[in-house]
Amino acid sequence: MRFTTSTMDLMPLQASQPFDPSKYRYTGPNVQPRQLPNTRSQAPITTGTSVIGLQFDGGVMIAADKLGSYGSLARYQNIGRLMRVNDHVILGCTGDYADFQFLRDIIDQKMIDEECLDDGIVTRAPALHCWLTRVLYNRRSRFDPLWTTFVVGGLDDDGKPFLGFVDKLGTAYTAPQIVSGMGGHLATPLLREKMDGQPPLSEAAARELLIRCMTVCYYRDCRAFSKFQIATLKAGSIKIEDDLEVKGDWEVAHFSKEHA
Amino acid sequence: MSVQTMQPGARETAAGGPRQRYFYPYADNGGTVVAIAGDDFVVVASDTRLSSGYSIYTRDQKKTFQLSERTILGSTGCWCDVLTMTKVLRARMQMYRHEHNKAMSTGAVAQLLSTMLYHKRFFPYYVSNVLAGLDENGKGIVYHYDPVGHHDPGKCYTGGSGGALIQPLLDNQINYKNQENVTPEPLTVKKTVSIIKDVFTSACERDIYTGDAVAIQVITKDGITEELFPLRRD
Repeated sequence: MRFTTSTMDLMPLQASQPFDPSKYRYTGPNVQPRQLPNTRSQAPITTGTSVIGLQFDGGVMIAADKLGSYGSLARYQNIGRLMRVNDHVILGCTGDYADFQFLRDIIDQKMIDEECLDDGIVTRAPALHCWLTRVLYNRRSRFDPLWTTFVVGGLDDDGKPFLGFVDKLGTAYTAPQIVSGMGGHLATPLLREKMDGQPPLSEAAARELLIRCMTVCYYRDCRAFSKFQIATLKAGSIKIEDDLEVKGDWEVAHFSKEHA
Repeated sequence: MSVQTMQPGARETAAGGPRQRYFYPYADNGGTVVAIAGDDFVVVASDTRLSSGYSIYTRDQKKTFQLSERTILGSTGCWCDVLTMTKVLRARMQMYRHEHNKAMSTGAVAQLLSTMLYHKRFFPYYVSNVLAGLDENGKGIVYHYDPVGHHDPGKCYTGGSGGALIQPLLDNQINYKNQENVTPEPLTVKKTVSIIKDVFTSACERDIYTGDAVAIQVITKDGITEELFPLRRD
Protein backbone atom coordinates (compact mmCIF):
# COMPACT_ATOMS: atom_id res chain seq x y z
CA MET A 1 0.00 0.00 0.00
CA ARG A 2 1.21 3.45 -0.81
CA PHE A 3 0.94 6.01 1.93
CA THR A 4 2.55 8.85 0.06
CA THR A 5 0.70 10.86 -2.50
CA SER A 6 2.45 12.22 -5.49
CA THR A 7 1.20 15.49 -6.75
CA MET A 8 0.46 13.78 -10.05
CA ASP A 9 -2.37 11.91 -8.34
CA LEU A 10 -3.95 15.13 -7.30
CA MET A 11 -3.76 17.10 -10.47
CA PRO A 12 -7.12 17.25 -12.10
CA LEU A 13 -7.17 16.33 -15.76
CA GLN A 14 -8.73 19.63 -16.64
CA ALA A 15 -7.53 22.37 -14.31
CA SER A 16 -10.08 25.07 -13.66
CA GLN A 17 -7.75 26.83 -11.29
CA PRO A 18 -3.96 27.17 -11.05
CA PHE A 19 -2.53 24.17 -9.28
CA ASP A 20 -0.31 24.75 -6.26
CA PRO A 21 1.73 21.63 -5.44
CA SER A 22 3.12 23.08 -2.22
CA LYS A 23 -0.30 22.71 -0.60
CA TYR A 24 -0.38 18.99 -1.17
CA ARG A 25 2.76 17.70 0.50
CA TYR A 26 1.64 15.67 3.47
CA THR A 27 4.98 14.08 4.30
CA GLY A 28 8.60 15.04 3.78
CA PRO A 29 11.07 17.44 5.40
CA ASN A 30 9.66 20.33 7.42
CA VAL A 31 6.06 19.65 6.56
CA GLN A 32 3.62 21.19 9.07
CA PRO A 33 0.33 19.41 9.57
CA ARG A 34 -2.59 21.47 8.36
CA GLN A 35 -3.41 24.28 10.78
CA LEU A 36 -6.94 24.92 9.75
CA PRO A 37 -9.57 23.25 11.90
CA ASN A 38 -12.35 21.23 10.44
CA THR A 39 -15.21 23.66 9.96
CA ARG A 40 -17.91 21.03 9.56
CA SER A 41 -20.60 20.45 12.15
CA GLN A 42 -19.42 18.08 14.80
CA ALA A 43 -21.67 19.06 17.67
CA PRO A 44 -24.86 21.06 18.08
CA ILE A 45 -24.57 24.29 20.08
CA THR A 46 -27.93 25.78 21.04
CA THR A 47 -30.39 22.91 21.10
CA GLY A 48 -34.07 22.23 21.44
CA THR A 49 -35.34 19.08 23.09
CA SER A 50 -38.32 16.91 22.22
CA VAL A 51 -41.02 17.59 19.68
CA ILE A 52 -44.16 15.52 20.08
CA GLY A 53 -46.59 14.98 17.23
CA LEU A 54 -49.73 12.94 16.87
CA GLN A 55 -52.56 12.42 14.41
CA PHE A 56 -56.17 12.83 15.36
CA ASP A 57 -59.46 12.49 13.54
CA GLY A 58 -59.18 15.12 10.83
CA GLY A 59 -55.74 16.57 11.49
CA VAL A 60 -52.40 16.58 13.26
CA MET A 61 -51.08 18.26 16.37
CA ILE A 62 -47.46 19.03 17.23
CA ALA A 63 -46.06 20.38 20.50
CA ALA A 64 -42.63 21.63 21.53
CA ASP A 65 -41.34 23.60 24.46
CA LYS A 66 -39.82 27.03 24.12
CA LEU A 67 -36.31 26.42 25.38
CA GLY A 68 -32.98 26.75 23.61
CA SER A 69 -30.38 25.02 25.78
CA TYR A 70 -26.74 25.96 25.59
CA GLY A 71 -25.37 22.66 26.81
CA SER A 72 -26.79 22.41 30.31
CA LEU A 73 -27.59 26.14 30.52
CA ALA A 74 -31.25 26.97 29.93
CA ARG A 75 -30.26 29.99 27.91
CA TYR A 76 -33.06 31.06 25.57
CA GLN A 77 -36.44 30.61 27.23
CA ASN A 78 -38.81 32.00 24.67
CA ILE A 79 -37.87 30.50 21.30
CA GLY A 80 -40.39 28.93 18.98
CA ARG A 81 -39.45 25.52 17.64
CA LEU A 82 -42.66 25.04 15.73
CA MET A 83 -43.17 26.50 12.30
CA ARG A 84 -46.12 27.13 10.06
CA VAL A 85 -44.74 26.36 6.60
CA ASN A 86 -47.88 27.20 4.64
CA ASP A 87 -51.62 26.63 4.99
CA HIS A 88 -51.10 22.88 4.73
CA VAL A 89 -47.92 22.05 6.63
CA ILE A 90 -46.57 22.54 10.11
CA LEU A 91 -43.29 21.31 11.47
CA GLY A 92 -41.29 21.14 14.66
CA CYS A 93 -37.55 20.88 15.12
CA THR A 94 -35.30 19.18 17.66
CA GLY A 95 -31.57 19.73 17.79
CA ASP A 96 -29.41 22.62 16.76
CA TYR A 97 -31.47 25.83 16.70
CA ALA A 98 -29.18 27.65 14.28
CA ASP A 99 -29.57 24.84 11.76
CA PHE A 100 -33.34 25.09 12.23
CA GLN A 101 -33.24 28.83 11.59
CA PHE A 102 -31.14 28.24 8.51
CA LEU A 103 -33.64 25.78 7.05
CA ARG A 104 -36.57 27.87 8.20
CA ASP A 105 -35.38 30.78 6.10
CA ILE A 106 -34.90 28.51 3.11
CA ILE A 107 -38.35 26.96 3.53
CA ASP A 108 -39.95 30.39 3.89
CA GLN A 109 -38.30 31.48 0.66
CA LYS A 110 -39.49 28.30 -1.02
CA MET A 111 -43.04 29.13 -0.05
CA ILE A 112 -42.66 32.65 -1.39
CA ASP A 113 -41.35 31.30 -4.67
CA GLU A 114 -44.26 28.89 -4.84
CA GLU A 115 -46.72 31.69 -4.20
CA CYS A 116 -45.13 33.69 -7.01
CA LEU A 117 -45.20 30.76 -9.38
CA ASP A 118 -48.95 30.69 -8.81
CA ASP A 119 -49.52 27.47 -10.76
CA GLY A 120 -52.12 26.00 -8.44
CA ILE A 121 -49.65 23.54 -6.97
CA VAL A 122 -49.13 23.81 -3.26
CA THR A 123 -46.51 22.02 -1.17
CA ARG A 124 -48.17 19.54 1.15
CA ALA A 125 -46.70 17.67 4.08
CA PRO A 126 -45.49 14.54 2.22
CA ALA A 127 -43.71 16.70 -0.34
CA LEU A 128 -41.96 18.85 2.26
CA HIS A 129 -41.08 15.71 4.21
CA CYS A 130 -39.50 14.21 1.13
CA TRP A 131 -37.59 17.39 0.32
CA LEU A 132 -36.29 17.67 3.88
CA THR A 133 -35.16 14.04 3.77
CA ARG A 134 -33.14 14.70 0.63
CA VAL A 135 -31.58 17.88 1.98
CA LEU A 136 -30.59 16.31 5.28
CA TYR A 137 -29.28 13.13 3.62
CA ASN A 138 -27.12 15.09 1.23
CA ARG A 139 -25.68 17.17 4.03
CA ARG A 140 -24.84 14.05 6.05
CA SER A 141 -23.23 12.54 2.96
CA ARG A 142 -20.89 15.52 2.85
CA PHE A 143 -20.08 14.95 6.54
CA ASP A 144 -21.53 18.38 7.31
CA PRO A 145 -24.91 17.59 8.82
CA LEU A 146 -27.68 19.90 9.81
CA TRP A 147 -27.89 18.61 13.35
CA THR A 148 -31.66 18.60 13.51
CA THR A 149 -34.58 16.23 13.68
CA PHE A 150 -37.85 17.33 12.13
CA VAL A 151 -41.44 16.33 12.73
CA VAL A 152 -43.53 17.33 9.73
CA GLY A 153 -47.32 17.35 9.95
CA GLY A 154 -50.21 18.02 7.64
CA LEU A 155 -52.75 16.36 5.40
CA ASP A 156 -51.67 14.28 2.45
CA ASP A 157 -53.03 14.57 -1.06
CA ASP A 158 -56.05 12.44 -0.12
CA GLY A 159 -56.83 14.66 2.84
CA LYS A 160 -55.71 12.09 5.40
CA PRO A 161 -53.53 13.13 8.35
CA PHE A 162 -49.80 12.80 7.69
CA LEU A 163 -47.00 12.87 10.22
CA GLY A 164 -43.39 12.36 9.19
CA PHE A 165 -39.99 12.18 10.87
CA VAL A 166 -36.61 13.13 9.41
CA ASP A 167 -33.37 13.00 11.34
CA LYS A 168 -29.92 14.42 10.67
CA LEU A 169 -28.87 11.35 8.70
CA GLY A 170 -31.88 11.53 6.41
CA THR A 171 -33.66 8.64 8.10
CA ALA A 172 -37.35 9.18 7.42
CA TYR A 173 -40.59 7.44 8.24
CA THR A 174 -44.25 8.19 8.85
CA ALA A 175 -46.36 7.08 11.79
CA PRO A 176 -49.52 8.07 13.69
CA GLN A 177 -47.37 9.37 16.53
CA ILE A 178 -43.88 10.77 16.21
CA VAL A 179 -41.62 12.05 18.94
CA SER A 180 -38.12 13.34 18.44
CA GLY A 181 -35.45 13.77 21.07
CA MET A 182 -35.59 12.53 24.63
CA GLY A 183 -39.36 12.45 24.47
CA GLY A 184 -38.98 9.47 22.16
CA HIS A 185 -38.33 7.43 25.28
CA LEU A 186 -40.75 9.25 27.57
CA ALA A 187 -43.78 10.18 25.49
CA THR A 188 -43.91 7.48 22.81
CA PRO A 189 -45.19 4.77 25.16
CA LEU A 190 -47.92 7.09 26.47
CA LEU A 191 -49.04 7.96 22.94
CA ARG A 192 -49.00 4.38 21.72
CA GLU A 193 -50.90 3.13 24.75
CA LYS A 194 -53.77 5.47 23.95
CA MET A 195 -53.65 5.17 20.16
CA ASP A 196 -52.68 1.62 19.20
CA GLY A 197 -55.58 -0.33 17.80
CA GLN A 198 -58.03 2.41 18.72
CA PRO A 199 -60.19 4.56 16.48
CA PRO A 200 -58.66 7.97 15.77
CA LEU A 201 -58.65 10.37 18.72
CA SER A 202 -60.88 13.40 18.78
CA GLU A 203 -59.14 16.76 18.73
CA ALA A 204 -59.88 17.35 22.41
CA ALA A 205 -58.59 13.93 23.44
CA ALA A 206 -55.49 14.46 21.34
CA ARG A 207 -54.79 17.80 22.95
CA GLU A 208 -55.22 16.32 26.42
CA LEU A 209 -52.86 13.48 25.58
CA LEU A 210 -50.29 15.85 24.15
CA ILE A 211 -50.36 18.05 27.25
CA ARG A 212 -49.96 14.97 29.43
CA CYS A 213 -46.90 13.99 27.40
CA MET A 214 -45.43 17.49 27.67
CA THR A 215 -45.95 17.29 31.44
CA VAL A 216 -44.16 13.95 31.71
CA CYS A 217 -41.33 15.26 29.56
CA TYR A 218 -41.01 18.32 31.78
CA TYR A 219 -40.79 16.12 34.87
CA ARG A 220 -38.21 13.76 33.44
CA ASP A 221 -36.18 15.48 30.70
CA CYS A 222 -33.34 17.55 32.17
CA ARG A 223 -33.34 19.87 29.18
CA ALA A 224 -37.08 20.52 29.07
CA PHE A 225 -38.94 23.65 30.03
CA SER A 226 -42.40 24.43 31.31
CA LYS A 227 -43.52 26.86 28.60
CA PHE A 228 -44.57 25.26 25.34
CA GLN A 229 -46.48 25.67 22.11
CA ILE A 230 -49.02 23.49 20.34
CA ALA A 231 -49.66 23.71 16.61
CA THR A 232 -52.89 22.16 15.35
CA LEU A 233 -53.62 21.59 11.69
CA LYS A 234 -57.02 20.61 10.33
CA ALA A 235 -58.45 20.88 6.85
CA GLY A 236 -58.42 24.58 6.13
CA SER A 237 -56.98 25.87 9.39
CA ILE A 238 -53.77 26.09 11.37
CA LYS A 239 -53.72 27.25 14.96
CA ILE A 240 -50.54 27.80 16.98
CA GLU A 241 -51.13 28.25 20.70
CA ASP A 242 -48.18 30.02 22.17
CA ASP A 243 -48.76 30.58 25.86
CA LEU A 244 -49.12 27.13 27.36
CA GLU A 245 -47.30 26.14 30.50
CA VAL A 246 -46.84 22.92 32.43
CA LYS A 247 -47.69 23.71 36.03
CA GLY A 248 -47.08 20.25 37.39
CA ASP A 249 -47.65 18.77 40.81
CA TRP A 250 -44.78 19.60 43.11
CA GLU A 251 -46.36 18.29 46.34
CA VAL A 252 -43.27 16.21 46.96
CA ALA A 253 -41.02 19.25 46.72
CA HIS A 254 -40.32 20.09 50.36
CA PHE A 255 -37.61 22.56 49.44
CA SER A 256 -40.27 25.02 48.36
CA LYS A 257 -41.89 27.24 51.04
CA GLU A 258 -45.27 26.78 49.38
CA HIS A 259 -45.14 23.11 50.04
CA ALA A 260 -43.32 23.12 53.36
CA MET B 1 0.97 25.20 17.57
CA SER B 2 -2.35 26.84 18.34
CA VAL B 3 -5.59 26.70 16.50
CA GLN B 4 -7.48 29.97 16.04
CA THR B 5 -11.01 28.67 16.20
CA MET B 6 -11.75 25.73 18.43
CA GLN B 7 -14.96 23.83 18.14
CA PRO B 8 -16.73 23.33 21.46
CA GLY B 9 -15.84 19.93 22.74
CA ALA B 10 -12.59 19.88 20.80
CA ARG B 11 -9.55 19.30 22.92
CA GLU B 12 -5.88 19.39 22.16
CA THR B 13 -4.23 16.03 21.95
CA ALA B 14 -1.07 15.29 23.85
CA ALA B 15 0.90 15.82 20.68
CA GLY B 16 -0.79 19.17 20.06
CA GLY B 17 -3.31 19.87 17.35
CA PRO B 18 -7.07 19.68 17.63
CA ARG B 19 -8.98 16.51 18.22
CA GLN B 20 -12.44 16.63 16.71
CA ARG B 21 -15.58 14.85 17.72
CA TYR B 22 -16.54 12.38 15.10
CA PHE B 23 -19.83 12.43 13.22
CA TYR B 24 -20.87 8.92 12.29
CA PRO B 25 -22.93 8.91 9.12
CA TYR B 26 -24.54 5.51 9.56
CA ALA B 27 -27.20 4.05 11.81
CA ASP B 28 -28.50 0.52 12.20
CA ASN B 29 -32.26 0.58 11.86
CA GLY B 30 -32.68 -3.17 11.98
CA GLY B 31 -35.05 -5.36 10.06
CA THR B 32 -34.93 -8.73 8.36
CA VAL B 33 -35.65 -9.71 4.79
CA VAL B 34 -36.15 -13.18 3.34
CA ALA B 35 -36.76 -14.25 -0.25
CA ILE B 36 -37.41 -17.78 -1.54
CA ALA B 37 -37.71 -18.72 -5.21
CA GLY B 38 -39.82 -21.46 -6.69
CA ASP B 39 -40.20 -22.75 -10.23
CA ASP B 40 -42.80 -20.20 -11.19
CA PHE B 41 -43.02 -17.86 -8.24
CA VAL B 42 -40.98 -15.92 -5.71
CA VAL B 43 -41.92 -15.09 -2.14
CA VAL B 44 -40.37 -12.01 -0.55
CA ALA B 45 -40.96 -11.17 3.09
CA SER B 46 -39.74 -8.54 5.49
CA ASP B 47 -40.60 -7.64 9.04
CA THR B 48 -42.18 -4.24 9.61
CA ARG B 49 -40.23 -2.88 12.57
CA LEU B 50 -38.01 0.18 12.16
CA SER B 51 -35.73 0.70 15.14
CA SER B 52 -33.00 2.92 16.45
CA GLY B 53 -30.98 1.67 19.37
CA TYR B 54 -33.48 0.32 21.90
CA SER B 55 -36.33 2.44 20.53
CA ILE B 56 -38.90 1.50 17.96
CA TYR B 57 -39.50 4.22 15.38
CA THR B 58 -42.51 2.51 13.87
CA ARG B 59 -44.11 -0.92 13.75
CA ASP B 60 -45.44 -0.43 10.27
CA GLN B 61 -42.52 0.01 7.87
CA LYS B 62 -41.94 -2.83 5.49
CA LYS B 63 -38.51 -3.23 3.97
CA THR B 64 -39.61 -4.40 0.53
CA PHE B 65 -39.80 -2.17 -2.50
CA GLN B 66 -41.69 -3.14 -5.58
CA LEU B 67 -39.54 -2.17 -8.53
CA SER B 68 -41.67 -3.58 -11.32
CA GLU B 69 -44.44 -6.05 -12.09
CA ARG B 70 -42.08 -8.93 -11.45
CA THR B 71 -39.23 -7.66 -9.30
CA ILE B 72 -39.18 -6.78 -5.63
CA LEU B 73 -36.18 -5.55 -3.67
CA GLY B 74 -35.82 -6.17 0.04
CA SER B 75 -33.47 -3.68 1.65
CA THR B 76 -32.54 -3.29 5.26
CA GLY B 77 -29.77 -1.83 7.37
CA CYS B 78 -29.14 1.91 7.48
CA TRP B 79 -32.58 3.28 6.64
CA CYS B 80 -31.38 6.63 5.28
CA ASP B 81 -29.23 4.74 2.78
CA VAL B 82 -32.09 2.37 1.97
CA LEU B 83 -34.37 5.26 1.09
CA THR B 84 -31.80 6.98 -1.06
CA MET B 85 -30.61 3.85 -2.81
CA THR B 86 -34.14 2.73 -3.72
CA LYS B 87 -35.02 6.22 -4.92
CA VAL B 88 -31.99 6.31 -7.20
CA LEU B 89 -32.62 2.74 -8.35
CA ARG B 90 -36.20 3.52 -9.30
CA ALA B 91 -35.03 6.59 -11.20
CA ARG B 92 -32.45 4.50 -13.07
CA MET B 93 -35.13 1.96 -13.95
CA GLN B 94 -37.32 4.71 -15.32
CA MET B 95 -34.43 5.95 -17.44
CA TYR B 96 -33.93 2.44 -18.78
CA ARG B 97 -37.63 2.21 -19.58
CA HIS B 98 -37.50 5.44 -21.52
CA GLU B 99 -34.35 4.46 -23.37
CA HIS B 100 -35.18 0.84 -24.26
CA ASN B 101 -38.94 1.03 -24.37
CA LYS B 102 -39.32 -1.96 -22.12
CA ALA B 103 -39.23 -2.67 -18.42
CA MET B 104 -35.99 -3.92 -16.90
CA SER B 105 -35.75 -7.66 -16.47
CA THR B 106 -34.86 -9.02 -13.06
CA GLY B 107 -31.36 -9.94 -14.23
CA ALA B 108 -30.77 -6.47 -15.55
CA VAL B 109 -31.91 -4.89 -12.28
CA ALA B 110 -29.59 -7.26 -10.45
CA GLN B 111 -26.60 -6.06 -12.44
CA LEU B 112 -27.62 -2.42 -12.17
CA LEU B 113 -27.93 -2.62 -8.40
CA SER B 114 -24.51 -4.20 -8.16
CA THR B 115 -22.97 -1.43 -10.21
CA MET B 116 -24.75 1.25 -8.21
CA LEU B 117 -23.51 -0.20 -4.95
CA TYR B 118 -19.92 -0.50 -6.13
CA HIS B 119 -20.03 3.07 -7.36
CA LYS B 120 -20.13 4.01 -3.69
CA ARG B 121 -17.37 1.61 -2.79
CA PHE B 122 -15.56 4.25 -0.71
CA PHE B 123 -18.60 5.52 1.13
CA PRO B 124 -20.99 2.59 0.88
CA TYR B 125 -24.71 2.31 1.17
CA TYR B 126 -24.81 0.39 4.43
CA VAL B 127 -27.59 -1.85 3.22
CA SER B 128 -28.29 -5.56 3.02
CA ASN B 129 -30.14 -6.19 -0.21
CA VAL B 130 -32.08 -9.20 -1.38
CA LEU B 131 -33.48 -8.90 -4.88
CA ALA B 132 -36.18 -11.29 -5.97
CA GLY B 133 -38.17 -11.69 -9.12
CA LEU B 134 -39.20 -13.74 -12.10
CA ASP B 135 -36.66 -14.06 -14.88
CA GLU B 136 -37.53 -13.88 -18.56
CA ASN B 137 -38.73 -17.48 -18.51
CA GLY B 138 -41.02 -16.90 -15.57
CA LYS B 139 -38.76 -18.85 -13.21
CA GLY B 140 -38.15 -17.46 -9.75
CA ILE B 141 -34.70 -16.12 -8.91
CA VAL B 142 -33.24 -14.49 -5.80
CA TYR B 143 -30.05 -12.45 -5.55
CA HIS B 144 -28.22 -11.59 -2.38
CA TYR B 145 -25.91 -8.57 -2.06
CA ASP B 146 -23.20 -7.33 0.22
CA PRO B 147 -23.05 -3.56 0.89
CA VAL B 148 -20.61 -2.96 -1.97
CA GLY B 149 -22.31 -4.86 -4.73
CA HIS B 150 -21.11 -8.44 -4.72
CA HIS B 151 -24.12 -10.47 -5.72
CA ASP B 152 -25.02 -14.09 -6.13
CA PRO B 153 -28.10 -15.76 -7.59
CA GLY B 154 -29.70 -18.53 -5.61
CA LYS B 155 -32.87 -20.15 -4.43
CA CYS B 156 -33.29 -18.53 -1.05
CA TYR B 157 -31.48 -15.79 0.76
CA THR B 158 -31.92 -13.67 3.84
CA GLY B 159 -30.63 -10.30 4.83
CA GLY B 160 -30.66 -7.97 7.79
CA SER B 161 -30.40 -8.31 11.53
CA GLY B 162 -32.21 -11.65 11.73
CA GLY B 163 -30.67 -12.99 8.54
CA ALA B 164 -28.02 -15.02 10.29
CA LEU B 165 -30.68 -16.70 12.40
CA ILE B 166 -32.86 -17.64 9.44
CA GLN B 167 -30.40 -18.54 6.69
CA PRO B 168 -29.17 -21.80 8.26
CA LEU B 169 -32.74 -23.01 8.72
CA LEU B 170 -33.57 -22.26 5.10
CA ASP B 171 -30.37 -23.99 3.92
CA ASN B 172 -31.65 -27.09 5.63
CA GLN B 173 -35.31 -26.91 4.70
CA ILE B 174 -35.22 -25.40 1.21
CA ASN B 175 -31.88 -26.61 -0.10
CA TYR B 176 -31.93 -29.86 1.85
CA LYS B 177 -28.42 -29.32 3.16
CA ASN B 178 -27.20 -31.94 5.64
CA GLN B 179 -30.26 -34.07 5.21
CA GLU B 180 -29.89 -37.69 4.24
CA ASN B 181 -32.29 -39.97 2.42
CA VAL B 182 -34.63 -37.20 1.45
CA THR B 183 -36.32 -36.71 -1.90
CA PRO B 184 -36.53 -33.04 -2.76
CA GLU B 185 -40.07 -31.91 -3.45
CA PRO B 186 -40.82 -28.93 -5.63
CA LEU B 187 -41.75 -25.91 -3.57
CA THR B 188 -45.31 -24.66 -3.58
CA VAL B 189 -46.44 -21.16 -2.70
CA LYS B 190 -48.41 -22.46 0.28
CA LYS B 191 -45.46 -24.37 1.72
CA THR B 192 -43.10 -21.47 1.18
CA VAL B 193 -45.38 -18.95 2.88
CA SER B 194 -45.76 -21.37 5.77
CA ILE B 195 -41.98 -21.68 6.09
CA ILE B 196 -41.62 -17.92 5.98
CA LYS B 197 -44.07 -17.48 8.85
CA ASP B 198 -42.21 -20.09 10.87
CA VAL B 199 -38.77 -18.59 10.32
CA PHE B 200 -39.91 -15.10 11.20
CA THR B 201 -41.68 -16.16 14.36
CA SER B 202 -38.47 -17.92 15.34
CA ALA B 203 -36.19 -15.03 14.45
CA CYS B 204 -38.16 -12.49 16.44
CA GLU B 205 -37.74 -14.61 19.57
CA ARG B 206 -34.05 -13.87 19.59
CA ASP B 207 -33.51 -10.76 17.50
CA ILE B 208 -34.75 -7.56 19.15
CA TYR B 209 -34.88 -5.72 15.83
CA THR B 210 -37.26 -8.21 14.23
CA GLY B 211 -40.91 -8.28 15.15
CA ASP B 212 -44.31 -6.56 14.99
CA ALA B 213 -45.43 -8.07 11.67
CA VAL B 214 -44.08 -9.70 8.55
CA ALA B 215 -45.22 -8.46 5.16
CA ILE B 216 -45.19 -11.42 2.76
CA GLN B 217 -45.40 -10.75 -0.97
CA VAL B 218 -45.78 -13.45 -3.60
CA ILE B 219 -44.80 -12.71 -7.20
CA THR B 220 -46.31 -14.91 -9.89
CA LYS B 221 -47.03 -14.33 -13.55
CA ASP B 222 -50.50 -13.21 -12.49
CA GLY B 223 -49.18 -10.41 -10.33
CA ILE B 224 -48.17 -9.69 -6.77
CA THR B 225 -50.24 -10.56 -3.71
CA GLU B 226 -49.52 -9.40 -0.21
CA GLU B 227 -50.25 -10.67 3.28
CA LEU B 228 -49.48 -9.13 6.66
CA PHE B 229 -48.82 -11.68 9.37
CA PRO B 230 -48.56 -10.38 12.95
CA LEU B 231 -45.51 -11.17 15.08
CA ARG B 232 -44.47 -10.54 18.65
CA ARG B 233 -44.39 -6.86 19.52
CA ASP B 234 -41.86 -7.07 22.35
